Amino acid sequence: MTPGASKRIRTLIVDDEDLARQVLREFLSAHLEIEIVAECANGFEAVKCAAELEPDLLFLDIQMPKLDGFEVLELIGANRAVVFVTAYDTFAIRAFEVHAVDYLLKPISAERFDAALARAKERLSGKLSSAPLPAMELAASARPPAQYLDRIPVRDGTSVFIIPVAKLDYAEAQDDYVALASGGKKHLKQQTISSLEAVLDPSRFLRIHRSYIVNLERVVKIEPFGKDTHVAVLSGGTQLPVSRAGHARLRAFLDR
Amino acid sequence: MHPILAQLRRLMLYLLGWIPLAGMLTYLLAVPGGLSWLEATTVAFVLCLLYAFVCLAAWYPCQATPLERSTLSRFLFTHVAGALVASGLWLFAARILGRMLSGLDDFHGIDRQLSQDYPLLFATGILLYLLAVGFHYVLLALEASREAEARMMQASVLAREAELRALKAQVNPHFLFNSLNSISALTTSDAAKAREMCILLGDFLRRTLGLGEKAAIPLEEEMSLIHAFIAVEKIRYGARLQMEETIDKEALDAQVPPLLLQPLVENAVGHGIANLIEGGWIRLKAECRDGELSIVVENLFDPEAPPRRRSGVGLANVRQRLEARYGNRAKFATSVDGPCFRVAISLPVEIKERVS
Repeated sequence: MTPGASKRIRTLIVDDEDLARQVLREFLSAHLEIEIVAECANGFEAVKCAAELEPDLLFLDIQMPKLDGFEVLELIGANRAVVFVTAYDTFAIRAFEVHAVDYLLKPISAERFDAALARAKERLSGKLSSAPLPAMELAASARPPAQYLDRIPVRDGTSVFIIPVAKLDYAEAQDDYVALASGGKKHLKQQTISSLEAVLDPSRFLRIHRSYIVNLERVVKIEPFGKDTHVAVLSGGTQLPVSRAGHARLRAFLDR
Repeated sequence: MHPILAQLRRLMLYLLGWIPLAGMLTYLLAVPGGLSWLEATTVAFVLCLLYAFVCLAAWYPCQATPLERSTLSRFLFTHVAGALVASGLWLFAARILGRMLSGLDDFHGIDRQLSQDYPLLFATGILLYLLAVGFHYVLLALEASREAEARMMQASVLAREAELRALKAQVNPHFLFNSLNSISALTTSDAAKAREMCILLGDFLRRTLGLGEKAAIPLEEEMSLIHAFIAVEKIRYGARLQMEETIDKEALDAQVPPLLLQPLVENAVGHGIANLIEGGWIRLKAECRDGELSIVVENLFDPEAPPRRRSGVGLANVRQRLEARYGNRAKFATSVDGPCFRVAISLPVEIKERVS
């Protein structure tokens, strides 16, 4: 082993096309400090490899089978350097919203690739802040409402579940996690309930309590509970607490 | 050109409209006017036939004095003067007619009797002329609205054609970017394959550009475009992409709008095969039956695939183009059958004789 091998940057290549991975491999081979720990051809594999191999750096395609690049990043956590590689220029703003180091467009030039790699190294050495740029925050808040989630990917160890939002019954905040209840099962996901609320369609999901978001289609009735509060009864019989503000919102919805 | 004189049918209808007027004039001449019924009928019908043509002249002052852009005084002056002239002429004609008729046995002394009815005739002439003025303004308004409608129709047709041209000429740029990236990969690992891919890509693009100009092509030509497309995609996707074709010999000669099926196959690759880890097949079937060309494109897909951009745009374009070109003679339907997505279209068979 060469001296300093322990400092090599563990790198994961994720792209469903063999030839696209080949280009990245070739460009990376010129950099001795890089160690390619694995290559993955789809989103599930990528999540699994990321969990098992803990790479420092990912080159991540966006449109792939099973999970797209954003979903992969969401599941493996943002504390790694990620460079998106795609033929689409339309995802750039979203890529920087999720704190990507860089965004490479196919076909990739060697110069542009090296620049991205240099940025990644800066990020890994802590010189480049991973804090979002203000402009990107603005872009995030200006995201059109049409982009509500269709599905929520959840990771359990190295395996991944996909919960279509139509099958989500309710979500419950649990410290830094949310428990997503779907079809009688609960899946834990590292996310705040407010950030989940922001990406769910407000005409289908409602925050009824500090700790609960409910799928409105599941609500059968609202019953008084105690002096000031209520409970929402879901079609499966589950009862969820409803806060006073939540009750007002829920009533407004049901009366419509 | 006068709209009524332009068509014999319209002129006949117009003259028919004068028959009741002639009837009323007959009554006026016979009862208050003191002519015999025979005299009154003859004079009234001849004079009305004549006056029908005189009144057509109202078209020109009406055209020159459009309702919305003329002052009231000009409007009144034009038409009152017109009425006086027309009615004066009519009176003159009545006088000549009276003289001519008085030579006949049955009409002896009619000129004298008729001359007593001049004020009645003059007043009737003025009223009839003004009626004609009103009638012509209605005609003008109708014509204007028809023209506006035609203009609007034409504009919408032009807009749609332009849109269709734009749709037709569209090659998905991401297909190009991804293909170029593949070529870039091959240049170091397999130069011969890189060259092959450049040639295939060039072939596809040249065909696309050539076909965009034509209104319709034989299905065979569209299929060779699809083969060029699949050949390029096969280098990217390798064994993941399998294409199967079942096409009738007869169907190969049927005319189809160019680049109608290529987007369907592109869609099958991009939204079907690209989302499958192990890949899958695309099946294309085409046959002619009972004067209809039916084409089915089927592909495997992952119902739980991540949502993609541009989803459905290609399909919507194909549907619109079919609708614009064939109206309800073409059908377009999509269906999902388990892991299989299917687009079925049918259109009337058109076969162009080959120039040999």
